[in-house]
Amino acid sequence: MDTILSLSHVSKAYGHGEHRLKVLDDIHFDIHSGDTVAIIGPSGSGKTTLLGLCAGLDRPTEGSIQLNNISLESLDEDRRARVRNEFVGFVFQNFQLLPTLTALENVMVPMELQGLKNIRSHALDLLAKVGLANRKDHYPVQLSGGEQQRVSIARAFSNRPRILFADEPTGNLDAENSELIEKLLFDLNREAGTTLIVVTHNPELAAKTGRIIALKGGKVVSDLATDRQTASI
Amino acid sequence: MIGSSRQSGPSVAWLLSMAWRDSRRNRSRLFLFISSIILGIAALVSVQSLSDSLRSEIERQAAELVGADIVISGNKPLNENIGKLADSLGDRRAAQKSFPSMALFLRSGGARLVQVRALEGDFPFYGQLKTIPASAGRSFRNQQEILVDKGLLLQFDGKVGDSVQLGMTVFRIAGMLESAPGQTGLTSAVAPVIFMPMRYLPGTGLEQFGSRINHSRFIKFDRKTDITSLTERIEDRIEEAGYELTTIERQQEQTSRSFRDVGRFLSLIGFVALLLGCIGVASAIHVYIREKIGTIAILRCLGATSRQAFLIYLFQILAFGGLGSLAGSVLGSALQFYLPVLLKDILPVSVEARISWQAIGSGLGLGLIISILFALAPLLSIRRISPLNTLRMEFQADKGDRLTSLLVYLLMLAFIWGFSWLQIRQVLPSLYFTLAIVVAFLVLAGFARLLMWAVKKFFPGGWPYVWRQGLANLYRPQNQTLVLLMSIGLGTALFCTVLFIQTILLDRVKVSTSGAQPNIVVFDIQETQRDSIVAISKREGLDVSGTVPIVTMRLKSVNRINIDSLRRDSSLPMRPWLFNREYRVTYRDTLVSSERIRKGTWTGVWKDKSQPPGISVEEGLAKRNGIRIGDTLTFDVQGTPMATIVGSLRQVEWNRIQTNFLVLFPAGVLEKAPKFHVLVSRVESPEHSARYQQAVVKAFPNVSIIDLGLVLDVVSALLDKIGFVIRFMALYCMATGIVVLIASVLISKYQRIRESVLLRTIGASRRQILAITAIEYLMLGALAALTGILLAMGGSWILAEQVFDTTFRPDWLPVLGVFAGVCLLTVGIGMTNSRQVVNRPPLEVLRDAS
Repeated sequence: MDTILSLSHVSKAYGHGEHRLKVLDDIHFDIHSGDTVAIIGPSGSGKTTLLGLCAGLDRPTEGSIQLNNISLESLDEDRRARVRNEFVGFVFQNFQLLPTLTALENVMVPMELQGLKNIRSHALDLLAKVGLANRKDHYPVQLSGGEQQRVSIARAFSNRPRILFADEPTGNLDAENSELIEKLLFDLNREAGTTLIVVTHNPELAAKTGRIIALKGGKVVSDLATDRQTASI
Repeated sequence: MIGSSRQSGPSVAWLLSMAWRDSRRNRSRLFLFISSIILGIAALVSVQSLSDSLRSEIERQAAELVGADIVISGNKPLNENIGKLADSLGDRRAAQKSFPSMALFLRSGGARLVQVRALEGDFPFYGQLKTIPASAGRSFRNQQEILVDKGLLLQFDGKVGDSVQLGMTVFRIAGMLESAPGQTGLTSAVAPVIFMPMRYLPGTGLEQFGSRINHSRFIKFDRKTDITSLTERIEDRIEEAGYELTTIERQQEQTSRSFRDVGRFLSLIGFVALLLGCIGVASAIHVYIREKIGTIAILRCLGATSRQAFLIYLFQILAFGGLGSLAGSVLGSALQFYLPVLLKDILPVSVEARISWQAIGSGLGLGLIISILFALAPLLSIRRISPLNTLRMEFQADKGDRLTSLLVYLLMLAFIWGFSWLQIRQVLPSLYFTLAIVVAFLVLAGFARLLMWAVKKFFPGGWPYVWRQGLANLYRPQNQTLVLLMSIGLGTALFCTVLFIQTILLDRVKVSTSGAQPNIVVFDIQETQRDSIVAISKREGLDVSGTVPIVTMRLKSVNRINIDSLRRDSSLPMRPWLFNREYRVTYRDTLVSSERIRKGTWTGVWKDKSQPPGISVEEGLAKRNGIRIGDTLTFDVQGTPMATIVGSLRQVEWNRIQTNFLVLFPAGVLEKAPKFHVLVSRVESPEHSARYQQAVVKAFPNVSIIDLGLVLDVVSALLDKIGFVIRFMALYCMATGIVVLIASVLISKYQRIRESVLLRTIGASRRQILAITAIEYLMLGALAALTGILLAMGGSWILAEQVFDTTFRPDWLPVLGVFAGVCLLTVGIGMTNSRQVVNRPPLEVLRDAS
């Protein structure tokens, strides 16, 4: 399998001098196409920072990150935006839907940003897959938390990403909705062959992935395959 | 299935559609933000539309402003040479003698100084004397009849058919004069006009020695004539002889120029209103973009570039700026129909307002430029919003580079200067205007920061909760202190400055007429009438110590320089009017209390007859014309040349009601010259004045009387009319300030809804929340009003000292009224908006706010 994401001695620090705070320290791992990976760790361990770096939302202080064989650290923000648009999908804890767009429009945005045409039917298909075809014209404020997250998942898959990052995707949901979201996430992932990286506190969700990378104090303290997949340390 | 046509990125159409979609839940708010500029744009469009209408009306009615193709006029009868010239020009001619005189209304007994225009011929050749009845404008010329100004007739309750005495002759009123060529409501108020046939002038006895008569000859060409080349040929001859030549073209230019200046002045005030709105726009867009950080971060996260995100919001601002400008232009175009009514007493021609597409175009363009320019700083910050904000909101836009901010501010300054330069067309004054605006803004911003610092530093920790919370709102994050202080403060400053200037001008006249100061001046007293008038004055209870003799003369030369050498050598410091004007001088052996010698020595009596007499010249006249001590001034005293030496330069307090003179002769020189007299005294009441005027005019109809009480009324009315126009524009600024206030309060409402709801949830009563709001807005309103008033006082003090040369004494009552009004308005608007929050259930509010 080819490597979709490769981190080499990545560190991230904020501030200068006495106020310098190292959030990530010498992170080093590879992730193959189609893998499902959970990044776990206590609050403040650097999970979200790591997700941001992997997804090209930020640049590392040291080290290099290759996403789909593209070195992210050498790209400026706008070029990284194009990379995200072409290869990356996101699911966030607080859904992050555009509040002024309907559910359907939210799903269409990543494709529109690519300049694609005739995308409506694809977006409707995705909404149907997450069970929200009848709510396509609703605004986020008119949807429940679970429904918003389902729209978010449909949006994440709309541009057929090669890798999908999910930040605590069930963190704001009740048990019933969490289960539904997890199922959707893994089913669509399997169907599209997308690599899935989930940041979570939830051990049950982590256990559903093939590999768990544990962080503590900004360092990888363990990187293990679950019973679903062989570890590739 | 995804379509096959893959492009490099989203098209402009998509960016536009995204801008439209993103604005969905914010359109009313966006429009509210932009509404701050509506009034400013409306002001500018209405003023420019009016100027356009006025310009075309002046062009259309220019002939009616003059009444003839050519007018030759002067304050002396046309000499033989010029008279022959005038007679040789044109196909039809008319003549006029115009002078001030007393008019005695016989039925009511009222008397007043008026401007008599004695006509011969068919003037006006263009336009007409509009009268009631309409036929009177022509018929009065054939009878011993007059046309009386409408205002004057109303003042003395006169009517057509009544008798009015002018000099020695009694005339019948043939009609009420509504308008005449070149006559405005303002000139009528200052000097009401009476038209009479010239052939009855000799009988009045008003044309006598000392009378200030302006002689005009009106010429009309019936055949096609090139007036421009004709005037080029004859103007030097006419001007050299001391007369003035007026043509339709010149009058049109002069009138257009005067009113272009008025238009530009009004435009500048409108521009200040627009700038106030711009502060509102900048502040509102800043808050708007701050609220949009989340959305922008999501878009960036999904792959939008910084340029695309920037363009989405730029298109929004452009669209709503365009909408605001359109609304402003429509409002301005509607308002211009009201402006001619407002300005009717000042306008030289009747103006029929019409839509000016040029003004609307300028309004739209200006609105768009200003919307973008003042939204640019917050818009540019979009480029720095990190997609990381999707993960954590603390990753807000970094502070940004100072260079870009500096460039934006410089662009704003350049725009302000550029616009003011377009209005004034002079580099330095437009720079001063820009500087004044910047200083006013800095002072207001400084006060706002001082307030925030002081409240924070000296926070009254022991005060009740609502007070502490209300005061804390002034400095905590997302406060509105700066923007409200600037917008309301500047509006108040403008409004109060107009108020103060009006007070300064009125005070100058009031001081002159208050206390025991003289308030009545009798002039044109002939030598033979002097003793009788003094006797009448004493009989009527006036305190009269004597009369002041006046001798008229002209200046022929200074050293050896005369008008001809002045024309040849433009480097000489003298102005032509130094030689062209008529001097009214007096002689006495002592100075009066309004005079003070600044240079040289005053010799009260001419003793050494072997030397020319030493005269005293007013220092301003000397300074402007390079006259120094020891210079020889040769006068033409009614045909007799008289050489004098400048012995001293005098400072004269012109605002004191005394007989003040530019040139003062010592005793022993002019006693035997033909002269007339002026009497200055004091009447105690309007009734006393009327009684006295009646007594004098009945005995000596040629004598003219100026009642300073009446002058004060006229000046007051005049200032009221001009002041009303300026106040109207200042109100524009206030209104803009109020719109900014409403917008700011609404912004803060959105920001504080959650907090108010939280306070209510944990037990705060409606009353407490309203009290917190009231305290916050009272403080803001009070400080904004106070700062505005202080700014106005500073500006007015400088104007009083430097320009009007007087002491600044503000009238506190209206100032207190403005202060209270601004405070009440601010609190009222703040409370009204907060009531909407507190009157609804917390859950409903929270749902709306989300």
